[in-house]
Amino acid sequence: MIVERIMTKDVFTLTPEHTLQDANQLMHEKKIRHLPIINTEKQLVGLVAQRDIKNTITHLLNQDEEKKILQTPISEIMTRHPLVGHPLDFVEEVALLFYEHKIGCLPIISHKKLVGILTDSDLLYNYIELTGATKPSSRIDIRIKDEAGILHEITSVIAQYNANILSILLHPDISPNHQVISIRVKSMNPVPIIRALRKEGFDVLWPNTLGMDL
Amino acid sequence: MAKYTRNGPLEQDAVFIYSPEQLDYKFSETHPFNQKRLQLTMDLLKQINALQPEQIKTARVATDEELLLGHDAAYIDIVKRAGHGELRNGEGEVYGIGTEDTPIFKNMHEASAMFVGGTLTACDYVMQGKTNHALNLGGGLHHGFHGKASGFCIYNDSTVAIKYMQKKYDARVLYIDTDAHHGDGVQWSFYDDPNVCTLSIHETGRYLFPGTGAVTERGNGEGYGTSFNIPLDAFTEDGSFLEVYETAIREVIAHFKPDVILTQNGADAHYFDPLTHLYSTIKTYEVIPKIAHELAHEFCEGRWIAVGGGGYDIWRVVPRAWSMVWLAMTNQQVPTGAIPQEWLDNWQKEAPVTLIPTWEDPEDLYEPIPRKEEITEKNQQTLEKALYMIRQN
Repeated sequence: MIVERIMTKDVFTLTPEHTLQDANQLMHEKKIRHLPIINTEKQLVGLVAQRDIKNTITHLLNQDEEKKILQTPISEIMTRHPLVGHPLDFVEEVALLFYEHKIGCLPIISHKKLVGILTDSDLLYNYIELTGATKPSSRIDIRIKDEAGILHEITSVIAQYNANILSILLHPDISPNHQVISIRVKSMNPVPIIRALRKEGFDVLWPNTLGMDL
Repeated sequence: MAKYTRNGPLEQDAVFIYSPEQLDYKFSETHPFNQKRLQLTMDLLKQINALQPEQIKTARVATDEELLLGHDAAYIDIVKRAGHGELRNGEGEVYGIGTEDTPIFKNMHEASAMFVGGTLTACDYVMQGKTNHALNLGGGLHHGFHGKASGFCIYNDSTVAIKYMQKKYDARVLYIDTDAHHGDGVQWSFYDDPNVCTLSIHETGRYLFPGTGAVTERGNGEGYGTSFNIPLDAFTEDGSFLEVYETAIREVIAHFKPDVILTQNGADAHYFDPLTHLYSTIKTYEVIPKIAHELAHEFCEGRWIAVGGGGYDIWRVVPRAWSMVWLAMTNQQVPTGAIPQEWLDNWQKEAPVTLIPTWEDPEDLYEPIPRKEEITEKNQQTLEKALYMIRQN
């Protein structure tokens, strides 16, 4: 999967001449947290995050001599009934909650007490682990027809080469009725496996074997 | 730096470390990692009269105490017993031993300890001021982990050697890895250490083993900012590879100011290499060691240790590429034109492919790459990201 397929293409941007107020307003209206700053040639010259605005406001508040605003009790500004999770919730479902409600964290509650917190960084790391990219391995991408039994055929080829599978991901292909299966195997030499898969008629997308045969 | 001021006179400019026992590191007849490369390279160098008997120094065996600088006692024990046929079925698997990548072979501990010893011998020559440079082509097994074999590597000679130089010589070391695979084992060994800097230039781990080596891997804690990774796109050619290499090595060495450099000279980024997808030609391998040599003199009073690494086209690529490391190290010109006929005759009968009869690669080695410009641009962007932090200062 390449970034192009999941990125937002209609990007909200501002130019360096816009003001803090413009940025704040646009973020609020569009419910977004980041604004790329571009020049007239559409070149990226900077980035403003909601956090930058918050930091600036905090800085301004600190200049308030009497610090009246800073003495505001937290109870007046906090979200009163935030979404919460339970330790036994499924990560997939929780991820959906983050996405749908555009939240950045989830306090975890058990027996009416706070027992933990989950943030978007934790979810992202979980995704990275799912893809198997944290352990030494090679990746093979195969385009398959959306049919029963194909996974079994593929894994039985891999099993012949005594290669350990670290992860398997399935994602939709651009062409209909097809899927791409990404497999990470714990081996530096996937060449014999790729050759065997091709011999069985599988459409191995990548890696392509080049140069001499082993 | 005062701490390495030479006590006696320089014995030689450079030494070539080798022992015939290094050839015993052999998984099987069909395994891609094949140390016949060492024989092929030495024979080629001798045929052109570029390697003299007095320049060749015997590799020693690393002691257990030395191996423990980079490895776990339990792991060393497993490797020893595996090589002596004393492992129960499947006992080695969690240590990566007895797998498809690292099968068990007789006396595997002894052969692996010989590579490490070779690199330690090289370090002693250089750090004791006996020579400026030393080469151990049997070393460079950069995937070896603290307690685990990985990617054809059992013990990680570079990790052990760097720890050894820190302990014995209090040296600040820059490790430069131009193997097509990410130098993960060495990187993770020094990820927290601000006194060792690792720079790895490799094919992106998107598909290729080991998968790590992203530009965002910069070190951790006190070592943050002392790991550099430049993952190149598949199909990267000489021009882009060398641009990235030369820029990165110059800026990193000027920033880090090491006492000594250790270069890993994997020769698997070549177009012919069966395991990778980079499109270097032999030109890349002529330039890499020349620049390392130049910078060793500019920044480290000449202290440069070089080791081998990957390289799986052992017939058409590695002998020429590794000869060029020694030629650069000893200030000898790389010959042009024909390879000695005797060398070709010696080895052609064993080779499954037609040997390349010249020092240069044939013209039009491969079809032009349609996406060349994009690839070059992407690599430049990656280079900028990798060096961003040191360019800020």
